[in-house]
Amino acid sequence: MVPTTDCCELTVLDLVPFGLADPVHRYFALRLSPPDWKEWKPGQFLMIRPQSFGLEMPWGRPLGICLIRPQHLICFFQVAGRGTEQMAHLRPRDKVRVWGPLGNGFAVEPDTPTLLLAGGMGIVPFIGYVAEHPKAWNISMLFGHRDPLECYPVDSINEHIPVDTLRESVPGDLDNFIFTLQERIKEYASQKGLILACGPLPFLKTVQGFAKEYHARLQLSLENKMACGVGACLGCVVRTTDAWPDAAHRNAPVQCCTQGPVFWADQIELA
Amino acid sequence: MKHNELAVTLAGPKQTLTLKNPILTASGTFGYGTEFARFGDLTSLGGIIVKGISLKPRHGNPCPRIAETPCGMLNSIGLQNDGLEVFRTQKLPNLPWKEVPIIVNMYATSAEEFGTLAAELNAMEGVAALEVNISCPNVKEGGSIFGADPAQAAKVTRAVRNNAPNKPVIVKLSPNVTSIAEIARSVEDAGADCISCINTLLGMSVDLRSRRPRLANIVGGLSGPCIKPVALCCVWQVSNAVNIPVIGIGGITSAEDVLEFLLVGASAVEIGTANFMRPDAAFHIVEELPRAMEKYGIRHLDDIRSMLSLG
Repeated sequence: MVPTTDCCELTVLDLVPFGLADPVHRYFALRLSPPDWKEWKPGQFLMIRPQSFGLEMPWGRPLGICLIRPQHLICFFQVAGRGTEQMAHLRPRDKVRVWGPLGNGFAVEPDTPTLLLAGGMGIVPFIGYVAEHPKAWNISMLFGHRDPLECYPVDSINEHIPVDTLRESVPGDLDNFIFTLQERIKEYASQKGLILACGPLPFLKTVQGFAKEYHARLQLSLENKMACGVGACLGCVVRTTDAWPDAAHRNAPVQCCTQGPVFWADQIELA
Repeated sequence: MKHNELAVTLAGPKQTLTLKNPILTASGTFGYGTEFARFGDLTSLGGIIVKGISLKPRHGNPCPRIAETPCGMLNSIGLQNDGLEVFRTQKLPNLPWKEVPIIVNMYATSAEEFGTLAAELNAMEGVAALEVNISCPNVKEGGSIFGADPAQAAKVTRAVRNNAPNKPVIVKLSPNVTSIAEIARSVEDAGADCISCINTLLGMSVDLRSRRPRLANIVGGLSGPCIKPVALCCVWQVSNAVNIPVIGIGGITSAEDVLEFLLVGASAVEIGTANFMRPDAAFHIVEELPRAMEKYGIRHLDDIRSMLSLG
């Protein structure tokens, strides 16, 4: 029998509300017993399915992996729908089924100046990225968000690297954020830096546009809806461009879960 | 419990397929099989039915293609696949086909094309059987058009039968018909060795806020535990209508569900949406089956198959 630790039952250690913890801002850090996985890379994700989903909600939910340490696995989520609503009621000792680590993870180039661009919950995979990076002093980060800063796990990042944060609360803020994105992307493009972005689709499209304009080296982490996370359901596909390395799948749909979730920006078309 | 007490023989008029246990994986829910090798031993399964294959690669439908619904899900993938050549050269060689039957689900847009595809598959040593998809609700050409008309279903079945004389031919039926028993009799008469049912039910989900359908294709195929009662009913009707073996599909998530399908007349089953609920679902059900049999006092699968008590 092949060991099946990649799909395992983990125990909830605790679920900690972040920030305001009011009915509108519902952000949580979820700590689970550690899985017996050989290795993982920042940018990879897992699928989680609490026992309480029963037959009612068949799909697991994809969550970015924050950190895996001998004592625990940490992930982070915002209540956004039926599944995460159910997950907000997890209690210590509850059982969850988890499979992973899934997907490819971010490029790590220790000596290259690296810029992290995060929009909202897109900050999550960068927690592990910064913590695991061998030369974190080469990294900086720009973080755009709508809800108050304390809703997001920013502290786990700015203890390692400088983080510029911009909050969108009035209409002009977004223009300011986009302008700042443009300036930073231009700057990193000129020094042949590495740029990594994670966040909502409009944000990724903006970043992708600037990277194309300034010929920046950019990776995008996508958050497509998925059912299986392992390449089977073909629900999460993204369309590739002429730049896709495998000729047979150029200008064709490929699975975000197994070919991504991290893609070089020039190799995919965002819908 | 020894393996032979779980073994299944699907004996058709022309060809017979032997399985070490009645658990197969349903097409479209298990990739090409290799995606799941990290979650269990592929060779422990009764068989692997791979993602539907067409002669040429297909890109499928636009996104969103999937939507979760209560106790189930909708999909409108549109038969995205890499095509026959990639399957032959890159997928099949990586599968343990000597130790576990690999069944190819096949899709084409005409009876002639089904025949061509069948002839190609007939020549592949690693292919144990063919499953003819005449029931996909998500494609404009072919698909359920073949599956809804007894004459068309028979024509496609004959085309595959005649061009794949060496392989067991399984025909997968749609529940989106007036009488599934009539279609079943028609494909039996046309030479099918076995019938599998059911494919997905045509369904729809909408978003009140945006007033848009949740699938780009507007409608899609419903699967998962919510369709199990429909599937049980169809398997019961079909197994009463034909003399060839029936493979049950629809909402199976446990070994007890497997036994329920056998009770109403199935000889084997396919695990579908459950593979998304946990990627080791099929392996897990294989492991659980002997325990479930013991719980219900079933020594051999023949003790339960078609033993529905109506008295």
